[in-house]
Amino acid sequence: MLAFLVRRLLQSLAVIFGVTVITFVLTRMLPGGVARAILGPRASPAEIAAFNHENGFDLPGWQQYLFYVQQLLHGNLGFSYRLNESVGGLLGDHLPKTVLLLGVATLIALGVAIPLGVLQAVRRNRVEDYFFTSVSFALYSMPAFWIALILIQIFASPPLNLLAPIGPQGPISTYLEPDQLTALILPVASLALVTIALFSRYMRSSMLDNLVMDYVRTARAKGVSNAGVLYRHVLRNALIPIVTLLGLSLPGIFGGALITEAIFNYPGMGFLFWDSARTRDYPVLLGVTFVVAVATVVGNLLADLFYAVVDPRVRIAE
Amino acid sequence: MSVRAAVPEVPGRPGPGVPAEGGEVRVTGTTWAMAARVFAENRLAIAGVVFVVMVFLFCFLGPLLYRTNQINTDIANITQPPSPAHLLGTDNVGYDLLGRLMVGGQTSLEIGLTAAILATTFGVLWGAIAGFIGGWLDQLMMRIVDSMLAIPTLFLLLVLAAMFVPSLPMLVFIVALVAWLTPARLIRGETLSLRTREYVDAVRVMGGTDARIVVRHIIPNTIGTIMVNATFQVADAIIVIASLSFLGLGVPPPATNWGGMLSDGVGYTFAGYWWLVYPAGLLIVLTVVAFNLIGDAMRDAFEVRLQKR
Repeated sequence: MLAFLVRRLLQSLAVIFGVTVITFVLTRMLPGGVARAILGPRASPAEIAAFNHENGFDLPGWQQYLFYVQQLLHGNLGFSYRLNESVGGLLGDHLPKTVLLLGVATLIALGVAIPLGVLQAVRRNRVEDYFFTSVSFALYSMPAFWIALILIQIFASPPLNLLAPIGPQGPISTYLEPDQLTALILPVASLALVTIALFSRYMRSSMLDNLVMDYVRTARAKGVSNAGVLYRHVLRNALIPIVTLLGLSLPGIFGGALITEAIFNYPGMGFLFWDSARTRDYPVLLGVTFVVAVATVVGNLLADLFYAVVDPRVRIAE
Repeated sequence: MSVRAAVPEVPGRPGPGVPAEGGEVRVTGTTWAMAARVFAENRLAIAGVVFVVMVFLFCFLGPLLYRTNQINTDIANITQPPSPAHLLGTDNVGYDLLGRLMVGGQTSLEIGLTAAILATTFGVLWGAIAGFIGGWLDQLMMRIVDSMLAIPTLFLLLVLAAMFVPSLPMLVFIVALVAWLTPARLIRGETLSLRTREYVDAVRVMGGTDARIVVRHIIPNTIGTIMVNATFQVADAIIVIASLSFLGLGVPPPATNWGGMLSDGVGYTFAGYWWLVYPAGLLIVLTVVAFNLIGDAMRDAFEVRLQKR
């Protein structure tokens, strides 16, 4: 177990190192260089040279990279000249909101998708199964932004006019106030819907994989009731791959959050990122990219470790 | 290469030509024939194929039968409801919508297919080489893949689309740049088990080079995985391009794609211009569903196990 842990940790470190190389290379690939991106098209060559010298961009590439990594290690993710604020400071405002949105939506998605997957597996190839399989297939094949806009059209416009079409705009401490809470419903729902479509498909096939296992026959032979087999044996084993799925689908969920936040003007990290992409605010783009990538790596690592804890076969097979 | 060598063996299940337990020999035809038979039994998949063919005819032959002006805007005739002159009405700058669906579909399909082919070719080679050579090179190549996979697709795409003006070839390149990672991982995994097979030793004994083993033996044996993954990639690319268009970084006008049409159209939902929203949206969903159905059926036919989906 310890060897497995150490190996996975080292791998994750290597991947994070790789991510720093990628974001560094992306900065150097900026058309016209960093100076041009920050000072604008009207900057004179002298100004650019001065900026480059001041920020060390005239040094050899490897020195610049070491400096970049040193800055990252000190928690300095860059500085947004457009918003006149450090990327770290911006993330301090925006990141908690995204974590909240993702967390709530993912929990709801799990809460719906797991029972749904069980139902589909138990009633496989019957009307219920076909219905939910088709619905999740369709949701899965829809652009996420369209789902969100259909939700807005149904719930946030006449005649129903039940909910707000924009997410909560205040600081995160006010989210429990009634109007902020209702504003949160549609962003969470649209993100959860996409995730449910993905998770329930997995849950269904994971249940089906386990239902044909030998241990199911053994349990039945010992006289365990149908419900007992299902919930005490099959469900518990079928949930294990869902943990990995959770880790693997983290990038996808981040992407979904980006689109959801863009549609509902939800001031999270995804919205910040989208806004920066449209205004070509490269320091923010690259800083956020780095943070999201680290979050993904850590999420995958946790999923793997959890998997190894609950399923000893993984450790042995490695 | 003999046809028999291309038969992938499924663990726990003797393939054709391989003596089964008890010594009897089961020969039921080539992989392709067997796969085709399983595929043809899947009615949903056949429906998917028929739909994809119809969409291709609609997009590429349609403009020959239904001629419209897709270059110049027609400000006098914007957002017209469907009429005999414009079968599906006109959009917010006066383009005929049915004609626009054909042109936009060409872009969506072209990007989807080209990106999928590019990404698959590169990813397969990368994965096969890494898995076959192994050692530190494998570690290095796969950590590169992992590092890129760690950055969520949409984030990486937005950074790239913000940096480079998204022309059509640039979009294909950007989408492919992100999409090659999955096939690289899958093929590497298969190569790890394929490289220890006896036929690899046999080629080596006969003096075959490493390049020959990879290109002529390893890769053909992963064809099921390759094709299944490529099919899913077309579906994914269509959605990704749509999302990019919605986020404001799609193909520049007068070119368009279904995603761009949909995201332009949803702005007019509340004005009641349904023809600007639903035709494009339905075409996206149905085409993506069709490709996913085909991919699912091929996975069953080739008995491929993918980590994703």
